[in-house]
Order: sequence, then C-alpha cells, then structure tokens
Amino acid sequence: MTTTAPVPPPDASLLRPRPEWPDATGHFGRFGGRFVPEALIAALDDLTEAYEAMRVDPVFLAEFERLHRDYTGRPSPITEVPRFAEHCGGARVLLKREDLNHTGSHKINNVLGQALLTQRIGKKRVIAETGAGQHGVATATAAALLGLECVVYMGEEDTRRQALNVARMRLLGAEVIPVTTGSRTLKDAINEAFRDWVTNVDTTNYVFGTVAGPHPFPAMVRDFQRVIGDEARAQVLDREGRLPDAVLACVGGGSNAIGIFTAFVPDADVRLVGLEAGGDGVETGRHASSITGGEPGVLHGARSYLLQDEHGQTVESHSISAGLDYPGVGPEHSHLHDLGRAEYRPITDSQAMEAFALLCRTEGIIPAIESAHALAGAVQLGRELGPDALLLVNLSGRGDKDVETASAWFGLGASTAPTDGDDRAVEAGRGGDPGAPLGDADTTTVQDGDAL
Amino acid sequence: MTASPSRLADRIGAARAEGRSALIAYLPAGYPDVPSSIEAMVAAVEGGADVVEIGVPYSDPGMDGPTIQEAVEVAVRAGTGMADVLAAVSAVAQAGAVPVVMSYWNPVERYGVDRFATDLAAAGGAGAITPDLIPDEAAEWIAASDAAGLDRVFLVAPSSTDARLAATVGACRGFVYAASTMGVTGTRTTVGDTAQVLVDRTREVGSDVPVCVGLGVSNGDQAAEVAAFADGVIVGSAYVRQLLDGHGADGVRRLSQDLAAGVRRR
Ligand SMILES: Cc1ncc(COP(=O)(O)O)c(C=O)c1O
Repeated sequence: MTTTAPVPPPDASLLRPRPEWPDATGHFGRFGGRFVPEALIAALDDLTEAYEAMRVDPVFLAEFERLHRDYTGRPSPITEVPRFAEHCGGARVLLKREDLNHTGSHKINNVLGQALLTQRIGKKRVIAETGAGQHGVATATAAALLGLECVVYMGEEDTRRQALNVARMRLLGAEVIPVTTGSRTLKDAINEAFRDWVTNVDTTNYVFGTVAGPHPFPAMVRDFQRVIGDEARAQVLDREGRLPDAVLACVGGGSNAIGIFTAFVPDADVRLVGLEAGGDGVETGRHASSITGGEPGVLHGARSYLLQDEHGQTVESHSISAGLDYPGVGPEHSHLHDLGRAEYRPITDSQAMEAFALLCRTEGIIPAIESAHALAGAVQLGRELGPDALLLVNLSGRGDKDVETASAWFGLGASTAPTDGDDRAVEAGRGGDPGAPLGDADTTTVQDGDAL
Repeated sequence: MTASPSRLADRIGAARAEGRSALIAYLPAGYPDVPSSIEAMVAAVEGGADVVEIGVPYSDPGMDGPTIQEAVEVAVRAGTGMADVLAAVSAVAQAGAVPVVMSYWNPVERYGVDRFATDLAAAGGAGAITPDLIPDEAAEWIAASDAAGLDRVFLVAPSSTDARLAATVGACRGFVYAASTMGVTGTRTTVGDTAQVLVDRTREVGSDVPVCVGLGVSNGDQAAEVAAFADGVIVGSAYVRQLLDGHGADGVRRLSQDLAAGVRRR
C-alpha cells in the first residue's frame, strides 16, 4: 500500500480492467439494461460495437490522451484544504480539482470520448441534454472543436436558472432548445433528446451526459470518467503513501461519482460515499435523493432507483443545484448500493450552501453548488471519523455558473439582485435578509444545519 | 409460437376473412377526464374500430409526439391510474371491440407485473402493447402474460435487423406492431413506403402473426393505403386530436367511420 505510483496517462484508463459489471447486455445486477423503443436498438448496438473497437484502438487512444492533456489540462491536481478541514472534525481533506478542467467541470472528460466516437461512426450532428448547462457547454465545446453540428435540449426552467451557460453554449455555436413539456427540467430535456434521436438517428449521435440511460451509456460514460479516480488514486498514494479512508462525490446522474469511485472499488477499506441532493430534506418530499428516498423502477431507458408515485409516474425532484435536480440515478450506483459497496446520503440545500460558503471563505475556491454537496458530506463524515481520517472529495466543477443563485441565497447586495432564475434561492434562502450571512470563516463555527 | 388462442389475432383474422384490414384505435385513459375518455373509446368502437388500444398515462412518454403528450400530461396530473385503465378495458369489451392496453413499462412494473396480468385478464383485456419493453428485457412479462393467457405485442422498426425481427416476432402473440417510420407518434401527410418494406420484411421472417402498422395515419385515404399491405391500421394522434380540438366523442365517432371506410376500400 505504501508504494508510490506515477499518475497514469488518461488513455491508460480505458485499458484498465473494468469492474465485473455490467454484463454483456448492460445489466448491473438487477439494474440497467435497455428500456427503449425498438427503433433505437440498432443505434445502441452500433454505438456499443463502435465504442468497444475504439476503446482499444491506439490511434484513438493517442488522440484522446492528447486532448485530455493539451485541451482539458489533465491531470487535474489534488489540493489539500486545511482551513476548510478545520470544520471537518480535524480530518484531512484533499480535493480532486475537476473544477480546473477546461469548461469548468468533469463533464468534458466524457464528452471528448463521445465526440470522437461520433466522428468515428461518421455522424455529423450531436444532440445532448443538459440540466445545469455544464454538460451542454462541454458538448458544445467538443462539437466546436471537431466541427460537429450541436443541438442541446434544456428544460425551460433550467435555461432561466443557468442563463450564463445558455449564453456560453450559444457563443460556442450550439443551438439551445428550451423544453416546455412536463416539469421543464432535466428529465424532460432527456425525453426530448430521445425523441430527436429516434427521428434523426441516421445523421445524429446522442452524447449522453451521465452514467444513466440505456446500455451502453452507463458503462461507456463510466469508462470515460474513470480517469478522475485513476489519477486521484495514484496522486494520493504518491503524496500520502496511503489510500484515503473515504472518497466522496455528489450524485446527480452519478458520473463524477462513478468517475472517482471506480479505481477504488477493489480497495475494500476505502469507503465510497455518494451525496445526493436532499433539497428541503428527504422527509419533506422536496428533494432529489433517488437512492435514499426513491424506489427501483424504469426511467430513461434503464432500471434503477427513482422518485415515483404509486402509479409509477416520475415525481418531480427539487434541489437548489440544477445539475443534481434529477429524479433518477445511474444503474451502477443502484448496484453499488445493493452490494453495500457504496453508501448514499442526502445533503440539504442549506447544508450544501453552508459548505459552499465555507470553501469560498477558507480556501479561495468557489465550487459548483453540485460539488458543494460533496463538501458538506466531508464536513459530516470528517466529524464522524475524527482527526486521523483522510478524505478525498471530488470537486466536480467550479461555481461561476452559480454566482447569481448563491448571491440570491446569501442576499449579497442590490447589484446582484436576484433575477427570475433565482426565485428558488430567494424563497428558500436568505434573499430578503442581506445582513452578514457570510461571516468571517475564522470566527464562525459551522454547526449542523446552521447557515454561516 | 404455441397455438394458444389469441383474441387479437382472432379479431384481426375475422377482418381478413371479410377481405379488409382491422382498424385499431388508440386513446389514453383519463383525457379529458376518465368518464369522457371512456365515452370516446366507446364512440370509436361505434364508429367501426375493431380493437381499442387503451393508453396508460405516463409522465415520460418518450415515444410520443406533442399531440399525445399534451393529452397524457393532463391525465397524469389528474392522477389517472391503472384502476381507471381497467375500467376503460371493461367498457371497451362491453362495447364489442377487443381491448388491449398500451403502456410504458414503469407503470406496469409499479403496479406489479403478475397483478397487472391477472387484473387485466379479469377486466376483459386481451393483452398489452409495451412500447419501451423489448423482448430481451421481458422475461417476467412473458411468463405473466403466458400464465394469464394474454396477448403481448412488441414493436418492430425500420431499423430492426432481420435477426431482431425474427426474435421479436417470435415473442409476440396477437399481432406485431410495425412502427412505420423512424420517429415519434403524430400525424403525417404521407405514410411512405418504409412501412410497406417493414411489413414485408416482418412477414418474411416466417410467421403468421398479423402485422399492424402504426405511426402517422390520420384519415381514411391513408388508412386505405396502409390497409393494402397490412393486417391492421393503428391510429392514435388523429383520435387524440379530435378530443384536443373539442370535438369530443362525436368527433371520434366520425373519424372512426372515415377510417373504417378506408380499411374497407379496395
Ligand atoms: C459540476 C457538476 N457536478 C456534478 C454534476 C452532476 O452530474 P453527475 O452526477 O453525472 O456527476 C453536474 C451536472 O451538471 C455538474 O455540473
């Protein structure tokens, strides 16, 4: 365990032994599979076959490695955050800095792989769904880079709360289509993207943004994202001479979490902790905690945990974080939960925002609100484990896109008065109380459930 | 397939014996409300539908276009559930047509697959069409539908390989649903020859399961065109359009009459 290892190049991730799941038809235990119209099966089969061939093709691997290094800026560093860790029961906290990637989150790792795959299968148009806009921005970026036409479906509700990312996508040449059906959020954007795909499948590839959806997406996106954990495991071993006690990540669909978990799955002593969006609290029913607060069912092409009512209708999720505001979760997480290999906990909006403020003030890093859920998990777990614990947290994205929401939440001044998109933050947060919600971190002790 | 009796195949066979195709009408339970949706289904039967597909409202209807989405969204919001669907099944059977349920998979799974099969059979339903359940994932449904003596209808598409056509047709009882074009439900001005190619390919895999064509048919002329090569003509969005436009059960009945004349045209 004390051997040091150099950080592996990103292309090596695709050649590593994979977990024993999924099976050949995409099942992770009782989860996963393909629950889609027959019309899409041929495209999914083609994609599976092309991906398996591409995964071991040296020409592709070299190009993938080059883009990760020269374009994204991999490997992403590990940053120790001691001033933040003072609020974590004295545990040491290391951040895996996916926020420093080009485009600002882990989403680019997956998109570069799928965009190269699109080129390989000779399609000229990509479509994507997006919630927070990070996957849409990443897809628009890769499409611009590779000369592909790009259409992004985004719930109308999300286009308002993530207006900055809508502008970014448009600047990058993508067409953003606001989706006005259903709850007008990510789940409806996925429905629209599938409808587009089934209609235009001859010319179009669907670049899926997370480890959900029908086979091969959960396995393929995992493979593209596992670079996070492969790097981090080597980096932590190299600097600490030991593995972390726990690895923490937020879980929306689950791609950044699977990305950092996968390398550690065989390390039985390393706890894997996924933080789901608890919204107003799981007990209120207004949350996005599919595993903690949902039940198995079928949504968007796979069997997994999901939020549903007694008729099997998908229930709307609630979270301050658009990127976690999804009523389902990738099937591999459901399987890891069944196996007891990973544990999943809800983090409420207020707990996440508290951790968000804490990282800003103690370390000079503005995290994505999604990632702040993982940080809040570190505050909790650190206090449980005590001073000797070493925690590795995936900082999946940066918070630029969230500045308006956060300003509204903390009631920061009239110049950043909340717009339309921040109703929720105002309503749920402290928008009407622009006092001094962001105290000096050195003199502020974070209490459970108490905002800074 | 074993030669277990099939109410759908029998009814489609009876139409064939009259030298015509069967008319299959789709309407969702619960739009504009449950009683009116049942009235509309009965009107579709009175106008000449042989089979009624009773749609189970679902929050994420990935295979449906805007027309059906709009109606189904209303039904979902009103809390329409399987009990309402089963009531519609009984009403359609009483009106003299063969009722078949059309459901995305999650509502069935949530209700309980065995319980669904048992209750559907008890209500007088012939079976179910499952647009997002492929035979590869259907072991539980195949067992339950066999046990309850229900028909099960899977879909084939222009993109299906010959191997998949053969496997899918082999798993169907009642009829095979040929989705005529690559896309979602909705009316189209032309049905196109992809439908005929698909029907021919489906028949060539060597089965006598009837092949019915859906997606895009909206009037008697198109019905006649499809009836020339298919065992049944499935019409959905055009029926729903009648209700969305406020023409009610009368509009549905008139549309059925037009379509029923279409499937009889030579
Ligand atoms: C920064 C960031 N983290 C996490 C997520 C959630 O996605 P996933 O659970 O697939 O990592 C998103 C989604 O938009 C995101 O932007």
